[in-house]
Amino acid sequence: MVPVLEDISFDIATGDFVALMGPSGSGKSTLLNLIAGIDRPDSGELRVGGTDIMTLGEAELADWRSRNVGFIFQFYNLMPVLTAFENVELPLLLTGLPARARREHVDMALAMVGLADRMEHYPSELSGGQQQRVAIARAIITDPAILVADEPTGDLDRASAEDILALMDRMNTELGKTIIMVTHDPYAAKRARSVRHLEKGVLTD
Amino acid sequence: MHLLKLILRNTLRHKLRTLLTVLGLLVAILSFGLLQTVVDAWYSGSKAAAPDRLITRNSVSLVVPLPLHYRDKIRGIDGVRSVAGANWFAGVYQEPKNFFPQFAIDALPYLAMYPEYRIPEDQLRDFLRDRKGAVVGRKLANTYGFKVGDLVPLKGTIFAGNWEFVVRAIYDGATPTTDTSQFFFHWEYLNESVRARAPQRANHVGVFVVQVSDVARAAEISKAIDAQFGNSAAETLTETEQAFQIGFVKQTEAIVIAIRIVSFVVIFIILAVMANTMAMTARERMSEYATLKALGFGPGFLGSLIFGESLAIAVTGAALGVILTFPVADWFARQMGTLFPVFEISTNTLWLQAGCAVVVGVAAAVLPAHRAARVRIVDGLRAVG
Repeated sequence: MVPVLEDISFDIATGDFVALMGPSGSGKSTLLNLIAGIDRPDSGELRVGGTDIMTLGEAELADWRSRNVGFIFQFYNLMPVLTAFENVELPLLLTGLPARARREHVDMALAMVGLADRMEHYPSELSGGQQQRVAIARAIITDPAILVADEPTGDLDRASAEDILALMDRMNTELGKTIIMVTHDPYAAKRARSVRHLEKGVLTD
Repeated sequence: MHLLKLILRNTLRHKLRTLLTVLGLLVAILSFGLLQTVVDAWYSGSKAAAPDRLITRNSVSLVVPLPLHYRDKIRGIDGVRSVAGANWFAGVYQEPKNFFPQFAIDALPYLAMYPEYRIPEDQLRDFLRDRKGAVVGRKLANTYGFKVGDLVPLKGTIFAGNWEFVVRAIYDGATPTTDTSQFFFHWEYLNESVRARAPQRANHVGVFVVQVSDVARAAEISKAIDAQFGNSAAETLTETEQAFQIGFVKQTEAIVIAIRIVSFVVIFIILAVMANTMAMTARERMSEYATLKALGFGPGFLGSLIFGESLAIAVTGAALGVILTFPVADWFARQMGTLFPVFEISTNTLWLQAGCAVVVGVAAAVLPAHRAARVRIVDGLRAVG
């Protein structure tokens, strides 16, 4: 078995916007998945926001994720059978909020990403950039402290990518979200406040 | 509510696939219902049998007749309320494919023993008065268009010659499961003709139908009847009407078993088709399940999605199959003419159809739901649908 990550030790400050860069297979997505609580390391300590998430059981970890982490994926990962509104509303179904409150939250989130007029559209009726904006609205809907983004602009043209990066920048500066972004794109990495490089599973700087 | 919405939309996601699967289920459940009804029809005679009626026949074989004078001796046995002789006639109406059961009967006692045959009083009176009169069941009358007053010619097979009967009465069944495909006429008319044509065969009957006054004593009375004729030239075998009917069915039991097996094979095949559909569906959506898990939804939610979709397809197909079973069974019964005297879809068959649909729906979802629940999020996110 080849270790993907070895002797990784680094801290991310609350409210930071970190870009993780490195060649394919360097382990940057694995590191992101560990931080987001969707993968587990074989050993070590993983403390996020004061919680050692390695000690959590599956159900506890799922609950922790739903409250603390917002996900932004390269291919958006929206439910194709749900409208933009319903996709954004999904994480709120786990919170027990009443329907009226959920609607208010979703309206606000979609307005924030500039899609108030597209809430009844299905993902197939939206452009890639618009779909990623829906995904960002879904990521922030439960007001998590951390946003993890795996190649958020990897499937977008330059203009759409610029929109998404600007939006993420706003999430960081205006809402104070801690953002950890994996990217190949140096242009995207420039939007982060700090950049960490991984090489063969080791942090190089 | 959201779960139901998601299930419904997922079900309609691949409309053609869902439609074809629903069609497959429809055909399977319909076939299953039809085959079960054929099996039920096979046993309908035994189910319609009354517990207070016994059948006495020659112990050698049903085709060997019994002397008529046994009738009085049986009537004299303690516990016997009534006795009536009957002969299987086996005449041909116009052409051999026009099969229907014909019996020469001791009209008065026989019909009195079968209250489930409802005959209008005036028609019964006319029948009893007319030596050549016949009573036909409603289903038989409808099949061949017999009306009261019609002349029905039959070509004898067991009792050679051309025979003519006049329809004097048409009987209805007391319940939908009453056999109304039979043709009854006077045994006296048969016997007179046989006496003239083949005297040695006269004064014999095929069976005696015996009505007992106390059902609890049926076994004891059966033994008493058979004991009465022990060591005689024509020993008897007496059994309940139900046992007698089952004896007939047993002669063709292999066919019935084959039909039963085929009906369950059909369900097994559709289970395989359904399981394949659900496996394909779950495989395509693995990254969606992983996304839901990443968002915090648990394995129970994913399981509900998959079981819900599988059950939605199964129940829709089954509901259409059950609904269509009625007109198709009706059409089938008409095509079969009087071959199946009673062809009714039983409540039991409907429950079996529903049960099979639920089993198919649940069983087809077990593996996909298990896989979705167990998949690691990072593996699921990498899955390509």
